[in-house]
Formats: sequence, structure tokens, C-alpha cells
Amino acid sequence: MLIKKAADIRESEVTPKELLVRRREFIAAAGVTAAAVATNGFGAFSEDENLLAQNPKAQKFPELKKGGPFNTDEKLNSYKDITTYNNFYEFGLDKADPARYAHSLRPRPWSVVVEGQCGKPGTYNIEDILKWAPIEERIYRLRCVEAWSMVVPWAGYPMSEFLKRFEPTSRAKFVEFKTLVDPRQMPGQTEPALRWPYTEGLRMDEAMHPLTLLGLGLYGEVMPNQNGAPLRLVVPWKYGFKSIKSIVRVRFVEDEPLNTWKQQQAQEYGFYANVNPQVDHPRWSQGSERRLGEFFRRKTLMFNGYADQVASLYAGMDLRKFY
Amino acid sequence: MTSTQWRRRVFKPAVWIACLTPLGYLIYSLYLDLGANPVETITNTTGIWTLRLVVFTLAITPLRWLTGVNQLIQYRRPIGLFAFFYGLLHFFTYFFLDHQFDFAGMWEDVRLRPYITAGFTAFVLMIPLALTSTAGWIRRLGGKNWNRLHMLIYITACAAVLHYYWKVSIKMPPTNPTIYGAIVAVLLAFRVWRYFARRAASEV
Repeated sequence: MLIKKAADIRESEVTPKELLVRRREFIAAAGVTAAAVATNGFGAFSEDENLLAQNPKAQKFPELKKGGPFNTDEKLNSYKDITTYNNFYEFGLDKADPARYAHSLRPRPWSVVVEGQCGKPGTYNIEDILKWAPIEERIYRLRCVEAWSMVVPWAGYPMSEFLKRFEPTSRAKFVEFKTLVDPRQMPGQTEPALRWPYTEGLRMDEAMHPLTLLGLGLYGEVMPNQNGAPLRLVVPWKYGFKSIKSIVRVRFVEDEPLNTWKQQQAQEYGFYANVNPQVDHPRWSQGSERRLGEFFRRKTLMFNGYADQVASLYAGMDLRKFY
Repeated sequence: MTSTQWRRRVFKPAVWIACLTPLGYLIYSLYLDLGANPVETITNTTGIWTLRLVVFTLAITPLRWLTGVNQLIQYRRPIGLFAFFYGLLHFFTYFFLDHQFDFAGMWEDVRLRPYITAGFTAFVLMIPLALTSTAGWIRRLGGKNWNRLHMLIYITACAAVLHYYWKVSIKMPPTNPTIYGAIVAVLLAFRVWRYFARRAASEV
């Protein structure tokens, strides 16, 4: 395994490469604008093609393992729905903002700092992380705390494969994740909408559960910026806000981390945030949800339909108290 | 043109067009692209325009005092009715698409969730105002009673702001609900000030 230590001066601070990358992005963006004008003018391309064209660096995962046991066979939401309807406050509060502004995020070079109760702390590069386990497709339901849901064909590998690398010690009871803070890349961070960096956490048994995914892409391609490039958490039985995006820091800790939304409004958002139709959000019912693409609401399932896999993790716990 | 002609041919149609533009734009944008969550788009658009038009009706009287242009009062009724129209669309989007016209389910929502309670109150209080908006009803009730009844719009405005404020999660200033709250507060404060100023004047 290759562990790269951060240099004293970050590459991005000294190298004209950054300018080069920006220039390329600018040229690409100009091309997209021209293409968009052309498309609107003549309607030559379908919208999905147009959206794919906006991400010229999008790479397909060459060998994607398909058809695992956890996949749902429900109808997938479109690439367009999944990439234009996002809660990612680092790019603005509107659900269309991330698709509009996330082009400023630079998912390469990217590294993740690992620290805390583990045998192998250090700084790890995304190129290496991508190689640690075979990348597979996981078709999961995603249920937002705001009572909408979608079905996403994620690409990634089990979070346990990722975390095991760092050899967490027996004192590691929880794992904490943090999102990048850089207002130049994440313009929403110029406003104190939330306390940055966005922070989330899982109990170790939750993090090591086979359903929990290190998300590296969707629809067979590397993760679009607005969905949390280059790596994110995907926990399908919890409300979407638990599935933290664009992770730069992983810390193994003894005490329960204080996640951002709990810090923001503890009466409304807890640490566990398991999808639970019996425990309402104080301001709205969690009993039903609107699946994007459907007009009427459908019933919300316990643990978002993953009760068979995860209910045992919470045996004996009062889920009204630990919401 | 005489001023009546101006009013009939220019100002009234302009008010109608202005008030119908948000709906037209909503239909047009959904026709172009339904988006990921069209129900949310419809709900948010009709909701915010209800509040905006309520604010416009509330602004007319203070504007009259400030400018002395008394004809402004003629546009209060159409704007108020359009506010009710958008409120009706907003309510039925919720009642139909969230509750499939199930009254018991909706009532539970109204009882349990403060932001729904506030929104429902705001909407229900507009119903008598819309019904009594005709000249016939003004005559039947008498100007004084009619005016008193139509003070309900003050409660509607406050409830609508609360409804909006409680719905959104991010309360950092300056969010929209805070701005609308401030505008409504100023418009109502104007009336309070005017009331006391007049009373003081009559005592002299």
C-alpha cells in the first residue's frame, strides 16, 4: 500500500498546473455553453446527452461488478433527476444549485486524511483508494428527511473494505467524516448556512455493515461533482443527510461525533437518523414520501426497506429517543 | 384617453397580466422541463405568489397615504382575489397530491404540524374575504363592518409568514421568510401608527 504524506507546500499552491486545469475547465465550460445554446436552438440532443456532455471528464468504470444481492429492482431515477436535484449546501440552498455551481469543485488531485484510533493514520490519494477493492454497482433507494426519495445506481465498494485498511483499534467506537472546506471550490461556503465543515458519523458496526458503501460514482461513471465527488458515504437505511459527500477527513473516535444537522437543530435531527415511518419529523410526517417521478405519495418503509439487513443493529434501542 | 379609459384599457389589464404571469411562467417552465420534482415546483411557486400578492394588497393602502394617489384602491380587489386564487391552487396541490382529498389525513396534519396549522389558517381566513369582495356584499355588510371583516387579511399575512418560516430549515439571515416577515411588519406598523396618529389628532 502506498501512503503519500502531504508535502509542506501543497501542489495547488505552487504549480501553474492549477491555472492549466482552470483554463481547461474554462474552455470546456465555454464549449458546453455553446453546445447548450446550439441544443436549445435546434433541439439536437436529448437532455441526458447534454448533461453527460457537461461532464467531459466523466469516466466509465471499465469493470463494474453488477447484480449484487442488495440491489433493488425498482425503476431507476434518471441520470438527469439524480444529478440536478441535490441537497448539497456547499453549493447553495436550492436543489438546482449544485448542478449549476459544482463545476468549480476539483475532484483531482484529492486526498483523504485518516486519523484517530487506528493503526495506519495518514494521507491517502484518491487514485489509490479507487484501487483498493473491485468497484460494484449498488442500486439503492435514497430517502431524504424532506420526504422525497429516489432510486440510484451507485458505483463503489463496501465501506468496510475502505475502513479496514486503516486498522481501526478496539477503542474506535465511531467513525467521523468531514467534507472539504474551500469557498473557492464550494461557493456556498461563503455563507454560514451550516457550520462548515459538514460533519457526519456512524457507529463502527454501522460503518462496517455490508450495505454501507463508499460511493465513487453513479450510472457506471465516476461521481459527478454535485453528487459528492470524488468519494462519499452511502448509507441507504438512513436519511440522505447522513450520506456525507466529498470526504477529505476520516477520524476513528471513542465518543459519538456531533453531526452537522444535529448541531444545527437537535430537536429535529439526531445522530442515528434511521428512516422510520413511526417517528415523525417535528414539522412533517415521515409516514410517506414522494418518489421522484411519481405524483402521489407512497408509504415509507422501516429502515427504508432494509429492515431485514439492519434492524438487528438497533435491537433493544428506543428509536423514538435515538432518532 | 380619460382616466376611466386608462383604467379600463391599460391599468386593469396590466394588473391581470402581471398577476397571471407567474402562473403562465410556471406552466411554460413545466412544459419545457418537468424537472425532478414538479409537485414541489408547483407547491413552492403557488405558495410564494400567494404571499407576495397578499403583501401587495397590504401595501396599497400605505402607498395611497404616501402618494395621495387614491385610484390605487381600485387594484386592491383584483390583486386580493388573485392572492386567493394562488392560495387555492397551493391548497389544492397539497390536498390532492399529498392527501388525495382525504380530509381526515389532512386534518391530522393541520392539528399536529404548526406550519400546516399556520398555512391552513392563512388560507381559510381568505375565504370570507374572497366571498365578500363584491359590491353587493359591501352594501349588505355596510362599509364599517366590511372593513372590520377584511382586517382578517392581517392575520392571513402573519400566518402565511409563519407558515413559510416554519417550513424552511435554514434560518440564517437573510433568508426569504425573514424578509417577508419584515415587510409585513412594516406594512402593519404603518396602520398602527396611522391609527394612533388619527386618534391623537381627533383628541386635539
